[in-house]
Amino acid sequence: MSDIFILVEHRQGKIRDITYEIFGLAESLANQQGTSFTAVLLGHDVKSFADDLSRRAPKVLVIEDENLEHFNSVLYQKTLSSLISKYQPSLLLMGHSAFGMDLAPSLSVEKDFPLVTDCIGLTFEEGKLKATRSIYGGKVNASVSLRESKGYIATLRPGIFPPKMHGEIKGRIVMEASPLEGGVDVKKFIEYIEAPITGEDITQAEILVSIGQGIGGPEHIPMFEELAIRLGGTISCSRPVVDRNWLPKERQVGISGKTVKPKIYLAIGISGAFQHVTAMQGSDTIIAINKDPRAPIFSVADYGIVDDFQNVIPILKEKISDMK
Amino acid sequence: MNIIVCVKRIPKTAEADIFIEKDNKDIKKDNLVFALNDWDGYAVREAVLLKEKFEGEVIVLTVGPDESKEVLTRCLAMGADRAIRIEEPIPNDGRLIAETLAKVIQTGPFDLILTGVQAEDDGWGQVGVALAQILGIPHASIVTHIHIEGGKAKVRRELEGGLEELLEIKLPAVLTIQTGINEPKYVSLAAILEAEDKETKEMTLEEIGFSPREPLDATIDQVSFPPTGKRAEILKGTPDEVVGQLTEIIKRKKGS
Ligand SMILES: Cc1cc2nc3c(=O)[nH]c(=O)nc-3n(C[C@H](O)[C@H](O)[C@H](O)COP(=O)(O)OP(=O)(O)OC[C@H]3O[C@@H](n4cnc5c(N)ncnc54)[C@H](O)[C@@H]3O)c2cc1C
Repeated sequence: MSDIFILVEHRQGKIRDITYEIFGLAESLANQQGTSFTAVLLGHDVKSFADDLSRRAPKVLVIEDENLEHFNSVLYQKTLSSLISKYQPSLLLMGHSAFGMDLAPSLSVEKDFPLVTDCIGLTFEEGKLKATRSIYGGKVNASVSLRESKGYIATLRPGIFPPKMHGEIKGRIVMEASPLEGGVDVKKFIEYIEAPITGEDITQAEILVSIGQGIGGPEHIPMFEELAIRLGGTISCSRPVVDRNWLPKERQVGISGKTVKPKIYLAIGISGAFQHVTAMQGSDTIIAINKDPRAPIFSVADYGIVDDFQNVIPILKEKISDMK
Repeated sequence: MNIIVCVKRIPKTAEADIFIEKDNKDIKKDNLVFALNDWDGYAVREAVLLKEKFEGEVIVLTVGPDESKEVLTRCLAMGADRAIRIEEPIPNDGRLIAETLAKVIQTGPFDLILTGVQAEDDGWGQVGVALAQILGIPHASIVTHIHIEGGKAKVRRELEGGLEELLEIKLPAVLTIQTGINEPKYVSLAAILEAEDKETKEMTLEEIGFSPREPLDATIDQVSFPPTGKRAEILKGTPDEVVGQLTEIIKRKKGS
């Protein structure tokens, strides 16, 4: 069986963590299949990454081209497509991230490789790829079989697979010529836009009172703000709360917001989607209040209260003011 | 400017009790409330806002069972001009859906196609970007802002950690829309009643001349509840007792 390819994800001069998470899985899949794995590094001036990668992978394929400086799915797809034709990998792995989500589906159609996205488990059975996915907001797992094919593409959920550290190995670095002939007009990268630095910095708070869509509406926000003040903490939230303009973006915890590690994270009416959980699971103590006993948040929380927040928060507010 | 928005009807599961079907292939759906996929709602709203600026037509398109008509009606009430439904009982395979959509879309002129980033129920996030490839047009996913000018769109894509990127895309293109791109508008009962008079065309796969390839790219073998693993210690008692315990925990952990 041919190699497993890992697409290295990097941005603004740094390899992104998801890449190292994929390495661990790729190695065990390769062992299972009696084959090997290769890190594929596309970019401009990325030789320094290659060294680091070669200490974790037996082989690193590098294509340097100034047109690959910033991620552009069209150019990445062209480049990968030609590498796939040349090396015929059995599986291409990448992150289920803004990078993988923009690239994997179109490449899968072009190459006619079946795609499975957002995997939390992956294995080969009799040459066919099988995946575990978490669906219905994390309440159910699905085992998915892909049809027989000479190649597959899978994107992996961030924060699930343990990252692979530097090993003893010294992998081979292979430079490949770029198949690109200049850039493209159909899709052009212009610039990065950083999040504005404003107001409250939730990453500095020791206690976060974090609210989700389950609070039902903005009318309850003053109560949570009051609670946060009494606890000596700050208010934060999940994404839908920002999408609905109940709180400003700077309060958002999650993959597309901030990563937080407070002493106490109190999650109220938050279901526990991975885009939220990966950015708060490093908190010292997590307490969840949710009326659904099956909410996925209870598998990351240390303590839980299964109830409507309206039965709990008013009493808590009173008790806390007694505490002071 | 003619805009096509691809939408999906999904079951709302966040607050519901979930049961698994006897054949273990899916969850039981008869006790669930269904709605328009959240991401698609933002896409329809964005299309309507663009139409207000540039004129033209907004067409909503879905692949799904008879019941999906109710979400099409909702989209029409939100301001879409007409709707198309392709009959397909269990639309599970993203590739199949993208191919079905492409088959319909290829029959008429369009300038822009919008989809949601992903569906709330199974979260594949595949259809929009695959559709673009099948149609041979460019795409951008996870879009949070669109500015159209002279046959091109300047779009912002959401990356991680609050970072975004600005791209320029040639039209026609597929953009997959992220939540929060606009402010949803309240849909009045009057608008829903009016929407029922707008045109909804229904077609079968045969009528659009499409026969799905066998086997599908992906099939669900079984679904199951996630292994319990580490679970929170659930505080028990009356609300007063529970909050009493909670206050103690907070005091202890705050000091540590
Ligand atoms: C590209 C991308 C990026 C994303 N980035 C982020 C991100 O950075 N941060 C983020 O949070 N999400 C992000 N998301 C969205 C994420 O997938 C989820 O949709 C979101 O986290 C859900 O928010 P929620 O838990 O508040 O709402 P829901 O999932 O709707 O959960 C609401 C919860 O409240 C409970 N509830 C309801 N009523 C009550 C009550 N009265 N009392 C107590 N509990 C109640 C319900 O049981 C439910 O569990 C992203 C998604 C995508 C595709």
